[in-house]
Amino acid sequence: MKFTAVLASAAMALGLATGAMAQDKTKVGFVYVGPVGDGGWTYEHNKGRLAVEEHFGDQVETVFVESVPEGPDAERVMTQMALEGADLIFTTSFGYMDPTINVAKKFPNVKFEHATGYKTAPNVSVYSARFYEGRAVQGHIAGKMTESNIIGYIGSYPIPEVIRGINSAYIHAKKVNPDVEFKIVWAYTWFDPAKEADAATVLIEQGADVILQHTDSTAPQAAAQEAGNVITFGQASDMSEYAPKPRVSSIIDNWAPYYIARTQAVIDGSWETVNTWDGIKEGMVEIGEISDAVPADVKEEALALKAAMAAGEYHPFTGPLKKQDGSDWLAEGETADDGTLAGMNFYVEGLEGEIPQ
Amino acid sequence: MIVLEKRPQPSKAWSYATPLVAVIATMVFGGILFAILGKNPIEAIGTIFWEPLFGEFAFYYRPQLLVKGAPLVLIAIGLSLGFRAGIWNIGAEGQYIMGAIFGAGAGLAFYPLDAFYIFPIMVIAGAFGGWLWAMIPAFLKVRFGTNEILVSLMLVYVAEQFLASVSLGLLKNPEGFGFPGSRNLQSYESAHNAELIAGSGMHWGVVAAFIAVIFSYILLNRHMLGFHIRLTGEAPRAAKFAGVNPARLILFCLGLSGALAGLAGMFEVSGPSGVVSIDFNVGYGFTAIIVAFLGRLHPVGILLAGGLMALTYIGGEIAQSQLGLPAAAIQVFQGMLLFFLLAFDLLTNYRIRAARSEVA
Repeated sequence: MKFTAVLASAAMALGLATGAMAQDKTKVGFVYVGPVGDGGWTYEHNKGRLAVEEHFGDQVETVFVESVPEGPDAERVMTQMALEGADLIFTTSFGYMDPTINVAKKFPNVKFEHATGYKTAPNVSVYSARFYEGRAVQGHIAGKMTESNIIGYIGSYPIPEVIRGINSAYIHAKKVNPDVEFKIVWAYTWFDPAKEADAATVLIEQGADVILQHTDSTAPQAAAQEAGNVITFGQASDMSEYAPKPRVSSIIDNWAPYYIARTQAVIDGSWETVNTWDGIKEGMVEIGEISDAVPADVKEEALALKAAMAAGEYHPFTGPLKKQDGSDWLAEGETADDGTLAGMNFYVEGLEGEIPQ
Repeated sequence: MIVLEKRPQPSKAWSYATPLVAVIATMVFGGILFAILGKNPIEAIGTIFWEPLFGEFAFYYRPQLLVKGAPLVLIAIGLSLGFRAGIWNIGAEGQYIMGAIFGAGAGLAFYPLDAFYIFPIMVIAGAFGGWLWAMIPAFLKVRFGTNEILVSLMLVYVAEQFLASVSLGLLKNPEGFGFPGSRNLQSYESAHNAELIAGSGMHWGVVAAFIAVIFSYILLNRHMLGFHIRLTGEAPRAAKFAGVNPARLILFCLGLSGALAGLAGMFEVSGPSGVVSIDFNVGYGFTAIIVAFLGRLHPVGILLAGGLMALTYIGGEIAQSQLGLPAAAIQVFQGMLLFFLLAFDLLTNYRIRAARSEVA
């Protein structure tokens, strides 16, 4: 046991030593779940990284590792970054949660930022964006534009973040089109172009003429383009190469300001644990340009909806709302609290099918 | 003109030399690839092969080689026995998943009881889960003559769906705020496959991998069953005359490889990974096929090949973060290894000769 204690403290000392060495230049690490060229989720995180580089210039050095599986491999990659003197590490997928906490324990002087999770520590912050606000705009446009009244939805994993998106899109589609119906396919992946394309094709064959996706690649866009007369929305990134049709708008995750602010905090020594959940108002969620394929009046309404959320006048989950089983959820005028939203594991009334269990 | 001429006997020298030649060729062509990407090839290859073993932070990477290599070796050993007898279990990934589910499930069933017997029960349950999953293609092959390659491969996807289902339902952490994934076994001491010596990377899965190598060596070289396995693969007709029962051999080879893959999954889920989650499996079952062939289906070879694969994974990650090499380039590099191995394998069975120009 003594020997191991020596080993452990040697490792610690080394970690500390390298931390000290790197003090002249702040080193920021990024761990990505997909390739930087996925055109969606990871692509936007990498844009945030590049923005940090540009903003700080020589003051900061960034490193990244892409396509890191969620699990022990992620833990190793984070440890490696910490050993090599990273001062701040962004871990950008939900499945990195436990690995982030484990590594953070071993390197108390390194700051960690975990995207979309819920576990914090003295040196671990969590951050996410209120994507469901963007979903409200999507739902509105989708409900207005569908002719078959069938909207296809490619879910990644049945986690609260994704379920929130489905509910928000559905509520706003239903509001403008009472006949609308959602068909949901679970892909069980964040990034797998082949699976995503298959899912889109299946949904289109079932009559969907709008495809919403919560997966990261542009494959569903391509599938929709091929099928023709199907509209889609860019996910996580603008995906404007598919505009004006099938891609009629998009949700863009803009991580750059947050990444710059947090890097600055590390440089200043003012970094502390926070739980950030920003939306359209703060600019973390952006709505990509609504293309000309959308009728002018629909576009106007969509922009008004966005403006109302930006001003804080409208919350996408405003009562009266019932749960799928018919029980009451929100009373007239009541808005959902963040706690319920963070752990959302139920569909709202009207959605068909069950959340996979 | 150059012609290939079949050797009367496979060349022993080449069969040992090809893995080495393949590694060298991979370094050369990988180096060219890295150079085209604008990186210094010597530095890149040096980073991949040198850093994890002798670099500044080798004290961390060396144990990680064990952690990464152990499941590969454990699975590959099981597969190699079947491969030698011409029984193709391609679905080790599925058996690995089922082993993890059974193992973790058995452990979580006792939560939060603290007892010494929980971990051994999990080990047995994990092996059983993998064995059970491999018995499906084995039974179907023996009973109905189905193709075990297809059945075992397809069952991987069934296992993945099963994994998603238990992560979201049966094994979901009741304190997980509705998020999928089980309780973390790392924080449940009786079920935790912890490092035997802290910081050494040695967990029970590594021990099991070494034991599997030794037993497989003894089985193949000193035991009648091992002789039957080799005989069936090398001379099926002779095996028939020697009284080998093909059905029993199929059940044994698939069952054993399934059990070992299940064990690998169980050790992984209770140790390095800790949680049963939807994307728990990261392809060890498929990579192990490469490891088995890279190791010439020989136990010691597999041990070395597993280490080499682990090295390219870990070194590849270091090269990514230090040199900014894209992940895809590392994957191409790993792919080259198998490609060159298969290509140079030709030289074991054939020799290259300049053809005499025939005069008409």
